[in-house]
Amino acid sequence: MTTGSAGGPHAAQDAVPAPEPEAPLLTAEDVTRVYTLGRDNEVHALRGVSFSVDRGEHVAIVGSSGSGKSTLLNLLGALDRPTSGHVRYHGRDVRDMDDAELARLRNGSIGFVFQSFQLLPRLSALDNVVLPLVYRPGSPGERRDRAHAALAQVGLADRVRHRPGELSGGQQQRVAIARAMVTEPALLLADEPTGNLDTRTGEEIMALLEELHRDQSTALVVITHERDIAARAERGIELRDGLIVEEVAA
Amino acid sequence: MTLRESLRVAMQALRANRLRSALTTLGVLIGVMSVVLLVAIGQGARSEITGVIEGLGSNLLFVLPGDGEFGAGPQRSNFEVEDVERIDRALPGPEGRAAGSLVGAETVQAEGNRFNATVFGITEHYLSVVDRTIARGQSLSASDVATGRRVAVLGASSAQTLYPGQDPIGRTISLGAIRYRVVGVLERVGSTAFGPDVDSQVLIPIGAAQRLFGSSRVDSIFVRAESALGIEADRDAVRSALAERLEEDEFSVVTQDEIIGVVGDILQILTWVLAAIAGISLLVGGVGVSNIMLVSVSERTREIGLRKAMGARTRDITRQFLFEAVVLTGFGGVVGLLLGIAAAEGVAAFAPVPAEVTWWSIALALGVSVVVGLVFGVLPARRAGQLDPVAALRHE
Repeated sequence: MTTGSAGGPHAAQDAVPAPEPEAPLLTAEDVTRVYTLGRDNEVHALRGVSFSVDRGEHVAIVGSSGSGKSTLLNLLGALDRPTSGHVRYHGRDVRDMDDAELARLRNGSIGFVFQSFQLLPRLSALDNVVLPLVYRPGSPGERRDRAHAALAQVGLADRVRHRPGELSGGQQQRVAIARAMVTEPALLLADEPTGNLDTRTGEEIMALLEELHRDQSTALVVITHERDIAARAERGIELRDGLIVEEVAA
Repeated sequence: MTLRESLRVAMQALRANRLRSALTTLGVLIGVMSVVLLVAIGQGARSEITGVIEGLGSNLLFVLPGDGEFGAGPQRSNFEVEDVERIDRALPGPEGRAAGSLVGAETVQAEGNRFNATVFGITEHYLSVVDRTIARGQSLSASDVATGRRVAVLGASSAQTLYPGQDPIGRTISLGAIRYRVVGVLERVGSTAFGPDVDSQVLIPIGAAQRLFGSSRVDSIFVRAESALGIEADRDAVRSALAERLEEDEFSVVTQDEIIGVVGDILQILTWVLAAIAGISLLVGGVGVSNIMLVSVSERTREIGLRKAMGARTRDITRQFLFEAVVLTGFGGVVGLLLGIAAAEGVAAFAPVPAEVTWWSIALALGVSVVVGLVFGVLPARRAGQLDPVAALRHE
């Protein structure tokens, strides 16, 4: 396993081994996550989960609340490290990455879509979409061009100057999707993306996510407790009490 | 993330909370303004006072009562008029280089005009030794001084107060119950904030002053050296002349430069003390910045989590918040500096207190305000940078 050895901003990226054509995008191998809430009070959120996600795949992770799916999302999103086991991106273990490498992985390979949109209220739709581009090289003009294109792609070309408060829930989630896709990530992680939306808008958002996933061959991992949302995926992984109880291909 | 980008993001956040940013800046602004203003006043006082001493003319020796140790209280003088004469005789070259004075305060009046004057009893050569010139009339003569005749020379302001629009020469003034005839009026010197107002003096023969104030002494003796090179020789001559009659610790002979040096040092310390006091308000402003930044970090916990999820490194977040703090204090520093300079100009123009803005107070104020931002911004910024993205995103 390689560890980040060079100091330059791009050195570590170069150190990521070129993926073999057939290698999965990400693998989880016997992953556990234990939260210590106090003395003698340990919560075993994940008890040994193994699965992989291929490039361009559409996977649903289903489970009721408390099943460990949020914990799994954090681990897949490189926001957290497992207590034991391995989460690997392009074959590289997340545990071996330092803060800067994790940041670069999130910025370069992962797009997040949250249930509560997580837009910055004081920024315009455009500036919200520019946000992830700020953490990579590029000129301000170039960033705005890309953000404009991403907003056009989600059908909000005429709303770029609006702030989140001036947009409907569906429109806000579209801005969030544009923000996730503007970096052209290999993986789009959607955490209950329709949870705060009505059924019809939710349907539109799912259709948009699936369209982007198809057109840009981005892997799409949707975390949900809704069976009909999960049924749209190529593959479903069901979690219960921190363990995978069922893995079904559609 | 480039520095410019960090700065832009910081500005964006500060603009989103305009009032709060302005109030936070105000603390630093007032601190910097007070540093600049108070240092300007201290510095102005220093140059004014040394200017007053220099105004007495160069190459002047001061013979003062006591052993000349600073910190000791005012000493009672044991000088007499004959000491002045002995010194004058002991000095090389022509006589007329030594003079003595006895100073007191008395109400002076003439034709219903009155004011409290500083009354100088002087020996014959006083005016030439301390470099004053007669504008009209004449000086006090040798015989005036010798006999303690009741004649007076007025400072320019004194003359104007007592005989407005008239020529006072030949007229009389009263000091207490005693009447004096005015024989001369001095050239105007101009007023200063800290020195005595030499234009409102009343000069009378020393004998007359001794009778008036019930004294037989001379307060201080002045010696004009013929050149800068002669000062040390003159000092030795004065010392040996006085040693004939007085103990060594009853008098001291100091040069003008020595007085300027000591007074200048004291006023420099005063300036530093003023700067330090103003610095405390700057410190308080810094604490305010720290406080607001902590509030800002906790308010924006979700934003921090989001930025981390979007690829911000710990360092990017820390820098963003540090920049916010430094922009707040730096802005306060620049505006405070400008207001401080304006206030100093205002004080110099409209108040009798002079004010001189110095380059080091500008550098200090700006440097300190940026350092305050860094120091007081570090804690909140580090806290922001080290937030766990998972917890931060879930934060309500």
